Amino acid sequence: MKKNEVPQDDSPLKRKNINEMVYAVDDDGKFVSVQSTGWEAKTVVQHENLEVLDQRIQQALNDVKAGNVSPIVYFMELNRMDWQTLAAYVGKWTFFVKRHGKPNVFKNLNTKTLQKYADVFGISLNDLQNLKG
Amino acid sequence: MQADFQHKQAAHCENGAIVNLLGDKGFKISEPMAFGLGSGLFFVYLPFLKINHAPGISYRPMPGKIFNRMAKRLGIKVQRFKFSDPKKAQQKLDENLSKNIPTGLVVGVYNLPYFPDEYRFHFNAHNIVVFGKKNGNYLISDSVMDYTVSLNEDELEKVRYAKGALAPKGHLYYPVSVPDAMDLTNPIKKAIKQTCNDMLAPVPLVGVKAIRWVAKDILKWHKKLGVAKTNYNLANMIRMQEEIGTGGGGFRFIYAAFLQEAGEYLKNQELLNLSQEMALIGDKWRDFALEASRVVKKRSNTENVYQVLSNDLMKLADMEEAFFKKLKKAV
Repeated sequence: MKKNEVPQDDSPLKRKNINEMVYAVDDDGKFVSVQSTGWEAKTVVQHENLEVLDQRIQQALNDVKAGNVSPIVYFMELNRMDWQTLAAYVGKWTFFVKRHGKPNVFKNLNTKTLQKYADVFGISLNDLQNLKG
Repeated sequence: MQADFQHKQAAHCENGAIVNLLGDKGFKISEPMAFGLGSGLFFVYLPFLKINHAPGISYRPMPGKIFNRMAKRLGIKVQRFKFSDPKKAQQKLDENLSKNIPTGLVVGVYNLPYFPDEYRFHFNAHNIVVFGKKNGNYLISDSVMDYTVSLNEDELEKVRYAKGALAPKGHLYYPVSVPDAMDLTNPIKKAIKQTCNDMLAPVPLVGVKAIRWVAKDILKWHKKLGVAKTNYNLANMIRMQEEIGTGGGGFRFIYAAFLQEAGEYLKNQELLNLSQEMALIGDKWRDFALEASRVVKKRSNTENVYQVLSNDLMKLADMEEAFFKKLKKAV
Protein backbone atom coordinates (compact mmCIF):
# COMPACT_ATOMS: atom_id res chain seq x y z
CA MET A 1 0.00 0.00 0.00
CA LYS A 2 1.40 3.38 -1.06
CA LYS A 3 1.12 6.38 1.18
CA ASN A 4 -1.49 8.01 -1.06
CA GLU A 5 -3.53 4.78 -1.16
CA VAL A 6 -4.17 4.73 2.59
CA PRO A 7 -7.97 4.71 2.85
CA GLN A 8 -9.62 7.79 4.34
CA ASP A 9 -13.19 6.45 4.46
CA ASP A 10 -16.04 7.15 6.79
CA SER A 11 -15.94 4.86 9.83
CA PRO A 12 -17.09 4.48 13.44
CA LEU A 13 -13.68 5.81 14.50
CA LYS A 14 -14.12 8.95 12.46
CA ARG A 15 -17.36 9.73 14.23
CA LYS A 16 -15.41 9.74 17.51
CA ASN A 17 -12.63 11.84 15.97
CA ILE A 18 -10.16 9.01 16.26
CA ASN A 19 -7.59 8.39 13.56
CA GLU A 20 -5.87 5.07 13.34
CA MET A 21 -2.30 4.64 12.30
CA VAL A 22 -1.08 2.39 9.52
CA TYR A 23 2.22 1.85 7.77
CA ALA A 24 2.61 2.51 4.07
CA VAL A 25 5.34 3.07 1.51
CA ASP A 26 6.27 6.58 0.39
CA ASP A 27 7.58 7.58 -3.05
CA ASP A 28 11.14 6.56 -2.17
CA GLY A 29 10.15 3.07 -1.06
CA LYS A 30 10.50 4.03 2.62
CA PHE A 31 7.97 2.84 5.18
CA VAL A 32 6.24 5.65 7.00
CA SER A 33 3.33 5.83 9.41
CA VAL A 34 0.19 7.46 8.07
CA GLN A 35 -3.06 8.34 9.79
CA SER A 36 -6.28 6.93 8.43
CA THR A 37 -9.88 7.84 9.22
CA GLY A 38 -10.98 4.30 8.43
CA TRP A 39 -11.50 1.73 5.71
CA GLU A 40 -14.85 0.89 4.17
CA ALA A 41 -14.15 -2.86 4.03
CA LYS A 42 -13.70 -2.87 7.78
CA THR A 43 -16.78 -0.78 8.46
CA VAL A 44 -18.85 -3.19 6.36
CA VAL A 45 -17.85 -6.26 8.37
CA GLN A 46 -18.31 -4.40 11.64
CA HIS A 47 -21.85 -3.50 10.69
CA GLU A 48 -22.54 -7.04 9.55
CA ASN A 49 -21.27 -8.18 12.91
CA LEU A 50 -23.51 -5.81 14.85
CA GLU A 51 -26.48 -6.80 12.70
CA VAL A 52 -26.01 -10.45 13.63
CA LEU A 53 -25.73 -9.49 17.30
CA ASP A 54 -28.94 -7.45 17.01
CA GLN A 55 -30.70 -10.44 15.49
CA ARG A 56 -29.54 -12.58 18.39
CA ILE A 57 -30.88 -10.01 20.87
CA GLN A 58 -34.24 -9.87 19.08
CA GLN A 59 -34.40 -13.65 18.94
CA ALA A 60 -33.63 -13.88 22.65
CA LEU A 61 -36.37 -11.37 23.43
CA ASN A 62 -38.86 -13.40 21.41
CA ASP A 63 -37.77 -16.56 23.20
CA VAL A 64 -38.26 -14.91 26.59
CA LYS A 65 -41.74 -13.79 25.59
CA ALA A 66 -42.58 -17.25 24.34
CA GLY A 67 -41.43 -18.69 27.65
CA ASN A 68 -38.60 -20.73 26.11
CA VAL A 69 -35.75 -19.06 27.97
CA SER A 70 -35.30 -16.87 31.03
CA PRO A 71 -34.50 -13.13 30.89
CA ILE A 72 -30.88 -14.02 31.66
CA VAL A 73 -30.46 -15.13 28.05
CA TYR A 74 -31.79 -11.83 26.75
CA PHE A 75 -29.51 -9.72 28.95
CA MET A 76 -26.58 -11.95 28.12
CA GLU A 77 -27.08 -11.25 24.42
CA LEU A 78 -27.71 -7.57 25.10
CA ASN A 79 -24.30 -7.40 26.78
CA ARG A 80 -22.67 -9.27 23.87
CA MET A 81 -21.72 -12.14 26.13
CA ASP A 82 -21.66 -15.87 25.62
CA TRP A 83 -22.23 -18.50 28.33
CA GLN A 84 -18.56 -18.67 29.29
CA THR A 85 -18.19 -14.92 29.64
CA LEU A 86 -21.38 -14.59 31.66
CA ALA A 87 -20.35 -17.50 33.89
CA ALA A 88 -17.01 -15.82 34.55
CA TYR A 89 -18.72 -12.54 35.46
CA VAL A 90 -21.15 -14.11 37.93
CA GLY A 91 -18.46 -16.45 39.25
CA LYS A 92 -20.35 -19.68 38.59
CA TRP A 93 -19.82 -22.73 36.48
CA THR A 94 -21.17 -22.53 32.95
CA PHE A 95 -23.34 -25.58 33.64
CA PHE A 96 -25.30 -23.75 36.34
CA VAL A 97 -25.55 -20.52 34.41
CA LYS A 98 -27.05 -22.41 31.47
CA ARG A 99 -29.57 -23.96 33.84
CA HIS A 100 -30.53 -20.48 35.02
CA GLY A 101 -31.35 -19.75 31.42
CA LYS A 102 -34.37 -22.06 31.78
CA PRO A 103 -37.57 -20.26 32.83
CA ASN A 104 -38.65 -22.83 35.42
CA VAL A 105 -35.22 -22.84 37.09
CA PHE A 106 -34.98 -19.05 36.92
CA LYS A 107 -38.36 -18.72 38.66
CA ASN A 108 -37.02 -20.45 41.77
CA LEU A 109 -33.69 -18.62 42.03
CA ASN A 110 -33.09 -16.85 45.34
CA THR A 111 -32.68 -13.11 45.56
CA LYS A 112 -28.96 -13.30 46.19
CA THR A 113 -28.29 -15.14 42.95
CA LEU A 114 -30.65 -12.91 41.00
CA GLN A 115 -28.94 -9.84 42.43
CA LYS A 116 -25.62 -11.16 41.14
CA TYR A 117 -26.98 -11.36 37.63
CA ALA A 118 -28.60 -7.95 37.93
CA ASP A 119 -25.28 -6.42 39.06
CA VAL A 120 -23.39 -7.98 36.17
CA PHE A 121 -25.94 -6.66 33.69
CA GLY A 122 -26.03 -3.27 35.42
CA ILE A 123 -29.80 -3.38 35.94
CA SER A 124 -32.16 -3.56 38.92
CA LEU A 125 -33.60 -6.78 40.30
CA ASN A 126 -36.98 -5.64 39.11
CA ASP A 127 -35.77 -5.15 35.52
CA LEU A 128 -34.37 -8.65 35.50
CA GLN A 129 -37.47 -10.34 36.88
CA ASN A 130 -40.08 -8.39 34.98
CA LEU A 131 -38.79 -8.34 31.44
CA LYS A 132 -41.83 -7.92 29.27
CA GLY A 133 -40.05 -6.70 26.15
CA MET B 1 1.42 13.80 39.91
CA GLN B 2 1.83 13.65 36.18
CA ALA B 3 4.93 12.19 34.63
CA ASP B 4 6.63 14.00 31.82
CA PHE B 5 5.19 11.47 29.44
CA GLN B 6 5.18 11.46 25.65
CA HIS B 7 2.19 9.81 23.99
CA LYS B 8 3.10 8.28 20.66
CA GLN B 9 0.45 6.68 18.51
CA ALA B 10 0.99 3.16 17.19
CA ALA B 11 -0.69 0.74 14.82
CA HIS B 12 -0.95 -1.94 17.50
CA CYS B 13 -1.67 -1.55 21.20
CA GLU B 14 1.02 -3.82 22.62
CA ASN B 15 3.80 -2.35 20.48
CA GLY B 16 2.55 1.10 21.35
CA ALA B 17 2.62 0.43 25.08
CA ILE B 18 6.17 -0.92 24.73
CA VAL B 19 7.40 2.06 22.72
CA ASN B 20 5.81 4.55 25.09
CA LEU B 21 7.01 2.85 28.29
CA LEU B 22 10.56 2.42 27.03
CA GLY B 23 10.63 5.90 25.54
CA ASP B 24 9.82 7.26 28.96
CA LYS B 25 12.86 5.39 30.29
CA GLY B 26 15.03 7.04 27.67
CA PHE B 27 15.21 3.95 25.45
CA LYS B 28 14.19 5.02 21.96
CA ILE B 29 12.86 2.32 19.70
CA SER B 30 10.47 2.44 16.75
CA GLU B 31 7.20 0.53 16.71
CA PRO B 32 8.22 -1.75 13.80
CA MET B 33 11.51 -2.56 15.55
CA ALA B 34 9.71 -3.44 18.79
CA PHE B 35 7.21 -5.56 16.86
CA GLY B 36 9.93 -7.35 14.88
CA LEU B 37 12.19 -7.97 17.88
CA GLY B 38 9.19 -9.41 19.74
CA SER B 39 8.46 -11.72 16.79
CA GLY B 40 4.96 -10.28 16.65
CA LEU B 41 3.93 -11.74 13.30
CA PHE B 42 1.96 -14.93 13.80
CA PHE B 43 -1.06 -16.92 12.72
CA VAL B 44 -3.07 -19.37 14.73
CA TYR B 45 -6.37 -21.10 14.02
CA LEU B 46 -8.38 -22.65 16.85
CA PRO B 47 -11.57 -23.99 15.25
CA PHE B 48 -12.79 -25.62 18.46
CA LEU B 49 -12.46 -22.42 20.47
CA LYS B 50 -15.41 -20.11 19.86
CA ILE B 51 -14.82 -16.40 20.30
CA ASN B 52 -17.86 -14.18 19.78
CA HIS B 53 -19.63 -17.26 18.37
CA ALA B 54 -17.01 -17.74 15.64
CA PRO B 55 -13.94 -19.98 15.43
CA GLY B 56 -10.85 -18.47 17.00
CA ILE B 57 -8.39 -16.92 14.57
CA SER B 58 -5.51 -14.79 15.73
CA TYR B 59 -2.86 -12.96 13.77
CA ARG B 60 -0.66 -12.41 16.81
CA PRO B 61 0.94 -14.43 19.59
CA MET B 62 -0.53 -14.57 23.10
CA PRO B 63 -0.87 -11.14 24.71
CA GLY B 64 2.29 -10.05 26.49
CA LYS B 65 4.48 -12.33 24.36
CA ILE B 66 5.70 -9.56 22.06
CA PHE B 67 6.99 -7.45 24.93
CA ASN B 68 8.42 -10.40 26.85
CA ARG B 69 10.36 -11.77 23.91
CA MET B 70 11.71 -8.40 22.97
CA ALA B 71 12.64 -7.56 26.57
CA LYS B 72 14.49 -10.86 26.89
CA ARG B 73 16.40 -10.30 23.65
CA LEU B 74 17.46 -6.80 24.67
CA GLY B 75 18.09 -7.47 28.33
CA ILE B 76 15.29 -5.21 29.50
CA LYS B 77 13.90 -6.08 32.92
CA VAL B 78 10.14 -5.94 33.18
CA GLN B 79 8.12 -6.31 36.35
CA ARG B 80 4.68 -7.82 36.07
CA PHE B 81 1.97 -8.13 38.71
CA LYS B 82 -1.52 -9.58 38.90
CA PHE B 83 -3.84 -9.05 41.83
CA SER B 84 -6.78 -11.06 43.07
CA ASP B 85 -7.90 -8.01 45.05
CA PRO B 86 -8.90 -4.95 42.97
CA LYS B 87 -8.10 -2.64 45.90
CA LYS B 88 -4.50 -3.84 45.94
CA ALA B 89 -4.32 -3.48 42.18
CA GLN B 90 -5.31 0.16 42.49
CA GLN B 91 -2.93 0.72 45.40
CA LYS B 92 0.02 -0.56 43.41
CA LEU B 93 -0.91 1.59 40.43
CA ASP B 94 -1.28 4.72 42.59
CA GLU B 95 2.04 3.95 44.25
CA ASN B 96 3.72 3.72 40.84
CA LEU B 97 2.16 6.96 39.67
CA SER B 98 3.27 8.80 42.81
CA LYS B 99 6.81 7.70 41.93
CA ASN B 100 6.29 8.94 38.37
CA ILE B 101 6.43 5.46 36.87
CA PRO B 102 4.15 5.23 33.82
CA THR B 103 2.58 1.80 34.03
CA GLY B 104 1.28 -0.59 31.42
CA LEU B 105 -2.06 -2.29 32.01
CA VAL B 106 -3.81 -5.15 30.30
CA VAL B 107 -7.53 -4.41 30.10
CA GLY B 108 -10.79 -5.58 28.57
CA VAL B 109 -12.11 -3.58 25.65
CA TYR B 110 -15.84 -3.94 26.29
CA ASN B 111 -16.15 -1.28 28.98
CA LEU B 112 -13.74 1.30 27.57
CA PRO B 113 -16.02 4.34 27.25
CA TYR B 114 -13.89 6.15 24.68
CA PHE B 115 -14.17 3.36 22.06
CA PRO B 116 -16.91 3.46 19.43
CA ASP B 117 -19.72 0.97 19.99
CA GLU B 118 -18.58 -1.10 16.99
CA TYR B 119 -15.32 -1.90 18.79
CA ARG B 120 -16.85 -2.94 22.10
CA PHE B 121 -16.73 -6.68 22.53
CA HIS B 122 -15.39 -9.02 25.17
CA PHE B 123 -11.76 -8.98 24.21
CA ASN B 124 -9.48 -8.95 27.23
CA ALA B 125 -6.02 -8.33 25.89
CA HIS B 126 -5.86 -4.64 25.15
CA ASN B 127 -2.83 -2.66 26.38
CA ILE B 128 -2.90 0.86 27.73
CA VAL B 129 -0.43 2.98 29.67
CA VAL B 130 -1.44 5.03 32.70
CA PHE B 131 0.87 8.00 33.09
CA GLY B 132 -0.73 10.13 35.77
CA LYS B 133 -3.68 10.88 38.04
CA LYS B 134 -5.44 14.19 38.19
CA ASN B 135 -8.42 14.97 40.47
CA GLY B 136 -9.12 11.26 40.87
CA ASN B 137 -8.99 10.60 37.12
CA TYR B 138 -6.36 8.39 35.56
CA LEU B 139 -4.57 9.80 32.54
CA ILE B 140 -4.48 7.15 29.86
CA SER B 141 -2.27 6.75 26.84
CA ASP B 142 -4.05 4.30 24.55
CA SER B 143 -1.57 3.99 21.72
CA VAL B 144 -4.13 3.13 19.06
CA MET B 145 -5.68 6.58 19.60
CA ASP B 146 -4.12 9.80 18.39
CA TYR B 147 -4.91 11.63 21.64
CA THR B 148 -4.78 10.76 25.35
CA VAL B 149 -7.90 10.13 27.40
CA SER B 150 -8.85 9.69 31.04
CA LEU B 151 -10.83 7.20 33.11
CA ASN B 152 -12.18 7.53 36.64
CA GLU B 153 -11.38 4.95 39.32
CA ASP B 154 -14.52 2.88 38.80
CA GLU B 155 -14.14 2.80 35.03
CA LEU B 156 -10.53 1.72 35.28
CA GLU B 157 -11.31 -1.00 37.81
CA LYS B 158 -14.05 -2.31 35.57
CA VAL B 159 -11.74 -2.77 32.58
CA ARG B 160 -8.87 -4.12 34.69
CA TYR B 161 -11.22 -6.72 36.13
CA ALA B 162 -12.96 -7.70 32.92
CA LYS B 163 -13.86 -11.38 33.14
CA GLY B 164 -13.95 -14.29 30.73
CA ALA B 165 -11.29 -15.64 28.39
CA LEU B 166 -7.85 -14.17 29.18
CA ALA B 167 -9.20 -12.20 32.16
CA PRO B 168 -6.45 -9.64 32.94
CA LYS B 169 -6.87 -9.83 36.77
CA GLY B 170 -5.49 -6.33 37.20
CA HIS B 171 -2.37 -7.20 35.18
CA LEU B 172 0.16 -4.36 35.46
CA TYR B 173 3.69 -4.07 34.10
CA TYR B 174 6.56 -1.63 33.75
CA PRO B 175 10.22 -1.78 32.75
CA VAL B 176 12.59 -1.42 35.69
CA SER B 177 15.88 -1.22 33.87
CA VAL B 178 16.90 -0.68 30.27
CA PRO B 179 20.33 -1.23 28.76
CA ASP B 180 22.40 1.59 27.29
CA ALA B 181 22.83 1.73 23.55
CA MET B 182 23.39 -1.82 22.41
CA ASP B 183 24.19 -3.86 19.35
CA LEU B 184 20.98 -5.13 17.79
CA THR B 185 22.60 -7.55 15.34
CA ASN B 186 21.99 -10.74 17.28
CA PRO B 187 18.56 -9.84 18.64
CA ILE B 188 17.38 -9.00 15.12
CA LYS B 189 18.66 -12.27 13.69
CA LYS B 190 17.17 -14.32 16.52
CA ALA B 191 13.82 -12.57 16.27
CA ILE B 192 13.61 -13.08 12.51
CA LYS B 193 14.48 -16.74 12.85
CA GLN B 194 11.76 -17.26 15.42
CA THR B 195 9.13 -15.63 13.21
CA CYS B 196 10.22 -17.87 10.30
CA ASN B 197 10.02 -20.96 12.51
CA ASP B 198 6.58 -19.92 13.81
CA MET B 199 5.17 -19.33 10.37
CA LEU B 200 6.72 -22.51 8.92
CA ALA B 201 5.91 -24.67 11.96
CA PRO B 202 5.15 -28.27 11.06
CA VAL B 203 1.84 -28.28 12.98
CA PRO B 204 -1.58 -27.60 11.46
CA LEU B 205 -2.67 -25.03 14.06
CA VAL B 206 -0.08 -22.31 13.43
CA GLY B 207 1.62 -20.47 10.59
CA VAL B 208 1.03 -21.10 6.90
CA LYS B 209 -0.43 -24.54 7.58
CA ALA B 210 -3.13 -22.92 9.68
CA ILE B 211 -3.87 -20.41 6.92
CA ARG B 212 -4.42 -23.37 4.57
CA TRP B 213 -6.70 -24.99 7.12
CA VAL B 214 -8.87 -21.88 7.27
CA ALA B 215 -8.93 -21.79 3.47
CA LYS B 216 -10.35 -25.32 3.45
CA ASP B 217 -12.79 -24.58 6.24
CA ILE B 218 -14.31 -21.64 4.39
CA LEU B 219 -15.71 -24.17 1.90
CA LYS B 220 -16.79 -26.46 4.73
CA TRP B 221 -18.59 -23.65 6.57
CA HIS B 222 -20.51 -22.86 3.41
CA LYS B 223 -21.57 -26.47 2.85
CA LYS B 224 -22.38 -27.35 6.44
CA LEU B 225 -23.36 -24.10 8.15
CA GLY B 226 -24.98 -22.13 5.36
CA VAL B 227 -24.39 -18.68 3.96
CA ALA B 228 -25.37 -16.58 6.98
CA LYS B 229 -23.07 -18.37 9.40
CA THR B 230 -20.21 -18.46 6.89
CA ASN B 231 -20.51 -14.75 6.33
CA TYR B 232 -20.54 -14.18 10.06
CA ASN B 233 -17.37 -16.24 10.45
CA LEU B 234 -15.74 -14.38 7.58
CA ALA B 235 -16.73 -11.04 9.07
CA ASN B 236 -15.13 -12.08 12.32
CA MET B 237 -12.00 -13.19 10.55
CA ILE B 238 -11.68 -9.84 8.80
CA ARG B 239 -12.26 -8.03 12.08
CA MET B 240 -9.43 -10.03 13.62
CA GLN B 241 -7.35 -9.21 10.59
CA GLU B 242 -7.85 -5.50 10.23
CA GLU B 243 -9.18 -4.13 13.49
CA ILE B 244 -7.07 -2.28 16.00
CA GLY B 245 -5.32 -4.44 18.53
CA THR B 246 -5.11 -7.46 16.28
CA GLY B 247 -3.88 -6.98 12.75
CA GLY B 248 -3.29 -9.13 9.69
CA GLY B 249 -2.75 -7.03 6.59
CA GLY B 250 -1.68 -4.20 8.87
CA PHE B 251 0.79 -6.48 10.63
CA ARG B 252 2.44 -7.34 7.30
CA PHE B 253 3.16 -3.66 6.77
CA ILE B 254 4.58 -3.21 10.24
CA TYR B 255 6.74 -6.27 9.66
CA ALA B 256 7.84 -4.95 6.27
CA ALA B 257 8.84 -1.69 7.96
CA PHE B 258 10.79 -3.72 10.52
CA LEU B 259 12.62 -5.64 7.78
CA GLN B 260 13.57 -2.35 6.15
CA GLU B 261 14.92 -0.99 9.41
CA ALA B 262 16.71 -4.28 10.11
CA GLY B 263 18.14 -4.39 6.58
CA GLU B 264 19.57 -0.91 6.97
CA TYR B 265 20.96 -1.73 10.38
CA LEU B 266 22.62 -4.96 9.26
CA LYS B 267 23.50 -3.53 5.82
CA ASN B 268 21.75 -6.54 4.32
CA GLN B 269 20.37 -5.85 0.84
CA GLU B 270 18.39 -9.10 0.81
CA LEU B 271 16.35 -7.95 3.82
CA LEU B 272 15.59 -4.67 2.06
CA ASN B 273 14.30 -6.58 -0.97
CA LEU B 274 12.25 -8.90 1.23
CA SER B 275 10.76 -5.92 3.00
CA GLN B 276 9.26 -4.74 -0.30
CA GLU B 277 8.02 -8.26 -0.96
CA MET B 278 6.33 -8.39 2.44
CA ALA B 279 4.54 -5.15 1.60
CA LEU B 280 3.17 -6.80 -1.54
CA ILE B 281 1.92 -9.73 0.54
CA GLY B 282 0.30 -7.18 2.87
CA ASP B 283 -1.50 -5.74 -0.15
CA LYS B 284 -2.80 -9.21 -1.00
CA TRP B 285 -4.16 -9.63 2.53
CA ARG B 286 -5.96 -6.33 2.11
CA ASP B 287 -7.37 -7.50 -1.22
CA PHE B 288 -8.60 -10.61 0.54
CA ALA B 289 -10.27 -8.51 3.24
CA LEU B 290 -11.91 -6.32 0.61
CA GLU B 291 -13.19 -9.32 -1.33
CA ALA B 292 -14.51 -10.95 1.85
CA SER B 293 -16.27 -7.74 2.86
CA ARG B 294 -17.97 -7.70 -0.53
CA VAL B 295 -19.13 -11.26 -0.08
CA VAL B 296 -20.41 -10.38 3.38
CA LYS B 297 -22.30 -7.37 2.10
CA LYS B 298 -23.85 -8.85 -1.01
CA ARG B 299 -24.73 -12.13 0.65
CA SER B 300 -24.12 -13.76 -2.67
CA ASN B 301 -25.34 -17.33 -2.79
CA THR B 302 -23.23 -19.00 -5.44
CA GLU B 303 -20.67 -21.53 -4.35
CA ASN B 304 -18.13 -19.75 -6.49
CA VAL B 305 -17.46 -16.75 -4.21
CA TYR B 306 -16.35 -18.94 -1.34
CA GLN B 307 -14.21 -20.99 -3.70
CA VAL B 308 -12.55 -17.75 -4.83
CA LEU B 309 -11.90 -16.64 -1.26
CA SER B 310 -10.57 -20.05 -0.37
CA ASN B 311 -8.25 -19.99 -3.38
CA ASP B 312 -7.04 -16.49 -2.51
CA LEU B 313 -6.19 -17.61 0.98
CA MET B 314 -4.36 -20.68 -0.36
CA LYS B 315 -2.32 -18.40 -2.59
CA LEU B 316 -1.49 -16.21 0.40
CA ALA B 317 -0.30 -19.25 2.31
CA ASP B 318 1.90 -20.27 -0.64
CA MET B 319 3.35 -16.79 -0.93
CA GLU B 320 4.09 -16.61 2.76
CA GLU B 321 5.65 -20.05 2.82
CA ALA B 322 8.03 -19.10 0.02
CA PHE B 323 8.68 -15.75 1.68
CA PHE B 324 9.63 -17.09 5.09
CA LYS B 325 11.85 -19.77 3.57
CA LYS B 326 13.78 -17.02 1.80
CA LEU B 327 13.82 -14.85 4.91
CA LYS B 328 15.23 -17.67 6.99
CA LYS B 329 18.16 -17.96 4.61
CA ALA B 330 18.72 -14.21 4.54
CA VAL B 331 19.84 -13.93 8.17
